Amino acid sequence: MTFSDYMILFCGMGLVTYLPRALPLIYLAHKQLPQWLVDWLSLIPVAILSALLFPSLFADSANRSLSLGKPEFLVAIPTLIFALKTRSLGGTVLVGMVLYWLAGFYI
Amino acid sequence: MDQSTSPHQSSILRDGAKAAWPICLGYFPIGLALGVLAQQAGLPWWAMALMSVLVFAGSAQFICVAMLAASSSIPAIIFTTLVVNLRHTLMSSALAVYLSGINRKFLAVFSYGVTDESFAVNMTQFKSGHWDRWRALVVNQLANSVWLVATITGTLVGQFVPQGAFGIDYALTGMFICLLVFQLQGRIYILTGLLAGLISVIWYLIIPGDSYIVGASVCAATLGYFLKRYYRSNK
Repeated sequence: MTFSDYMILFCGMGLVTYLPRALPLIYLAHKQLPQWLVDWLSLIPVAILSALLFPSLFADSANRSLSLGKPEFLVAIPTLIFALKTRSLGGTVLVGMVLYWLAGFYI
Repeated sequence: MDQSTSPHQSSILRDGAKAAWPICLGYFPIGLALGVLAQQAGLPWWAMALMSVLVFAGSAQFICVAMLAASSSIPAIIFTTLVVNLRHTLMSSALAVYLSGINRKFLAVFSYGVTDESFAVNMTQFKSGHWDRWRALVVNQLANSVWLVATITGTLVGQFVPQGAFGIDYALTGMFICLLVFQLQGRIYILTGLLAGLISVIWYLIIPGDSYIVGASVCAATLGYFLKRYYRSNK
């Protein structure tokens, strides 16, 4: 591909990446949001985080099948307990990494 | 600059960096991996740099590289990018609650850096109350800078980096687990999270593509919302 091919591709991709991020924010930030929408949106972070996380813990991405007992899930249990007890983001990240690294030797 | 922000630029940078470092740690191996794949697909380093600047969206960039390797057409790649990134409309809407009334110029700049990871970190910080838009912008832009450096590095030296060293592949998962814990501020949040997890796994197994993220989030938040109203009216 030539430079201009790449430019066309990436500008197009950039536009369809930027607009879904910008339009709701710019529009909604200047609106008086109804209470039901604020209540609904307050549940979105926990829902999105779970939706991002759970398939990576319980499903095999190569053939999209259910996979119980993945190292990702086994490591997630002590990592979750650590997060609940300490509420430390940095500590949780490091504990998860070390456990996952060690799990690589045993599983 | 408005009154709510601290006038000390160094403290803004420091707070932003403190919040952003788990993202940066997680972005590095992923960015490297993307760079290696891009290089194998025939992308020169400057094309990778151009893409990471113009399209700051990890999963869409991975798909783009895979599609380029399979000689897909430009319109097909752009359309796929749009579909993959539609989930960010949901995140931007949720962020709007905390950025209400802020001038459009700032929001136009801020929107560029809304990713799954910066959204999760900034929402947690906004909810805790000790956060403002400038610190949130630092989180977005630091993550973007690391992403840019990591992806370019990947195209140049990525094939020499050992895979999976020190469990660094787990950094973002660990971060999501902890941010999820921060969000669990009551029974309705726990219930919504469990519902979203259950629906997302089922959706992921049945329906190809990435629709499971938006689909499960919208379903679970809606169910959670009505459950909350139901309990309230029955008290």
